[in-house]
Amino acid sequence: MTAAAMTIAPAAAEPLLRVRDLKVGFSTGSGTLLAVRGIDLDVSRGGVLGIVGESGSGKSLSMLAALGLQARNAVVSGSVHFDSQQLVGRQRKHMRSLLGSRIGMIFQDPLSSLNPVMTVGDQIREVLFLHDRRLTGKGATARVLDLLELVAIPQADRRINQYPHEFSGGMRQRVMIAMAIANDPELLVADEPTTALDVTVQAQIMRMLRELKEKLGLALILITHDLGVVAGHADRVAVVYAGQVVEEAEVHDLFADPRHPYTRGLIASIPKLTATGSKLYSIPGAPPRLGAYPEGCAFHPRCIHAQDICRTTAPPTMAFGGHRSACHFADRLPPWDRGNEAERQGQNG
Amino acid sequence: MLNYIMRRAVAMPFILLGIVTLAFLLTTITKGDPLTAIVSERQMNNPEIVAAAKARWGLDRSLPERYVIYVANLVTGDMGTSFVTRRPVSRDIAARLPATLELVIAAMAIGSTTGILLGLLAAYYRDSVIDQTARLFSLFGSSVPIFWLGLALLFVFSVHYHLLPGPGRLDARLTPPPSLTGFMVVDTLLAGNPAAFKDALLHLILPSLVLGWTVAGSISRIVRANMLEIMEREFILTARAKGAGELRVVFRHALRNILVPVLTVLGYTFAYLITGAVLTEAVFGWPGIGSYAVIAARSLDFPAIIGVTIVGGMMFLITNLLTDIAYVFANPRVRLN
Repeated sequence: MTAAAMTIAPAAAEPLLRVRDLKVGFSTGSGTLLAVRGIDLDVSRGGVLGIVGESGSGKSLSMLAALGLQARNAVVSGSVHFDSQQLVGRQRKHMRSLLGSRIGMIFQDPLSSLNPVMTVGDQIREVLFLHDRRLTGKGATARVLDLLELVAIPQADRRINQYPHEFSGGMRQRVMIAMAIANDPELLVADEPTTALDVTVQAQIMRMLRELKEKLGLALILITHDLGVVAGHADRVAVVYAGQVVEEAEVHDLFADPRHPYTRGLIASIPKLTATGSKLYSIPGAPPRLGAYPEGCAFHPRCIHAQDICRTTAPPTMAFGGHRSACHFADRLPPWDRGNEAERQGQNG
Repeated sequence: MLNYIMRRAVAMPFILLGIVTLAFLLTTITKGDPLTAIVSERQMNNPEIVAAAKARWGLDRSLPERYVIYVANLVTGDMGTSFVTRRPVSRDIAARLPATLELVIAAMAIGSTTGILLGLLAAYYRDSVIDQTARLFSLFGSSVPIFWLGLALLFVFSVHYHLLPGPGRLDARLTPPPSLTGFMVVDTLLAGNPAAFKDALLHLILPSLVLGWTVAGSISRIVRANMLEIMEREFILTARAKGAGELRVVFRHALRNILVPVLTVLGYTFAYLITGAVLTEAVFGWPGIGSYAVIAARSLDFPAIIGVTIVGGMMFLITNLLTDIAYVFANPRVRLN
């Protein structure tokens, strides 16, 4: 290794986004209800982090709060460093210079995420003008056409003057992507980017995101409830339950050797094409309501491995190399076998 | 779309005919005798004079006859002659309508600006002190009677502090400008009389403030309710995620999405005020169409009553059509379908 390469190495190791002990609460008449209860996450430059969890687990909320986009009555604490700048507690004005330029976002439903009374072209132009005051109208239009071409929208010069309702679901999501990458961001946060789309379109959008990631060298945060999406596209995965990260690992390690019963349940509930006739598995019970978290481990009422300690004591996070799990029995769970897991959980649950 | 507007425009005369017919029939079921407006009480006992008056005003003819004659005249722009002023109703209205329009336009400018701004503020700072204050202000405007509010403001600003002039459109000591548009503010300007212009403008302030305040309430309520809903929508989050500032989020992204309901209430309010400004006109001695209608109604001046009804109805029709056209620009989905 040359000297030059060695000096670059530490900088490259510094994560692009580092989240530590992020908490998001909502103040109500009877105190603050925590929806995100201390989340740690790292996203490396050019990496893909999948954040998996059921709806209401706090996975979307944690990322919105990290970027200062939470609802006004939300209270955020902890630290979020983007390229070594602390974001929590930053003034809105400073956040605005990052959002839409160095950090792009796309959301679940592209129809409701686009402004219905503005043309698609105007909406993309807006994000360009917001971050480049010297841009000319002509220059912006040329850039919009490039972007539409980049996300493979045909007849861009005609489409630019159309409204969102004149686009199909997949095309709308492409518009959202074009808008999110308009200013060459370093980080793209995709919140359930394919959930509202047809299955065939889902694959196209995911392929496009991956291609753009390679082409533009951006880091990607993929928030989803779909482990299948994560398996195919993420480098690392964080599993979120009841506002906490319960397990985090390289994607291969997570699927090969899940160390948290919740993750095991999630993987077991992925439908398999080969298992014809068998009943589709689902984790028994339901996730806790906001603020009504069980004592000890939040997952224990639904866990087949739960012991007394799980009902009283919150589990510590155990690390096995780059693999972390917040379970009292992370090192003692039975060997992982996906086929048996469903059966076992089915019997006991 | 053009097709739709054309169809609406074609339908307008028929709706107008309906209004005329209804207004005409309503006058026949009133208990009062219009002759009392024409013939003095003493002469009522003189059958010759009564018969002459009846013949002179066409009251001796049957109802269908009168109706046909009226409509035939109306087509040529003739609305009959007022029993009271003894002038053509159309000329009376033409003389008074601009005064009302001037007042209503000024009131709408004040009322819609404050109403929209208050509604936006109340929605943006929902449930805060700002919201409560804005709502109280609106509630006050729409619940306090105009005759009280008008008199109170007149007392404070005109009588007590002499900051603003009293009732009327122009100081009696000033010579009114030749009536070109009928709008005092415009006519004084056209006449090149800055002193009169300033006086006309000052005269306009209090009545339009009172009238504007009363409509600001309903406008701000509509704006607030619609904004609350729109601000929860996902494209607002998208706008923020693009790095847009809050002013841009509210005015460029949210407000544009509530233009249709806002235009609806603005259009309706404007049309309503044309005849609904009567109390303000009464308090401020404003020679508009509202006070004309009151005089007409009190003296059973049927031609004038029907005339005012037609003008009021026409104002509604025109405003409705204009609102419909405005929708097209406010909502791209209407434009295409």
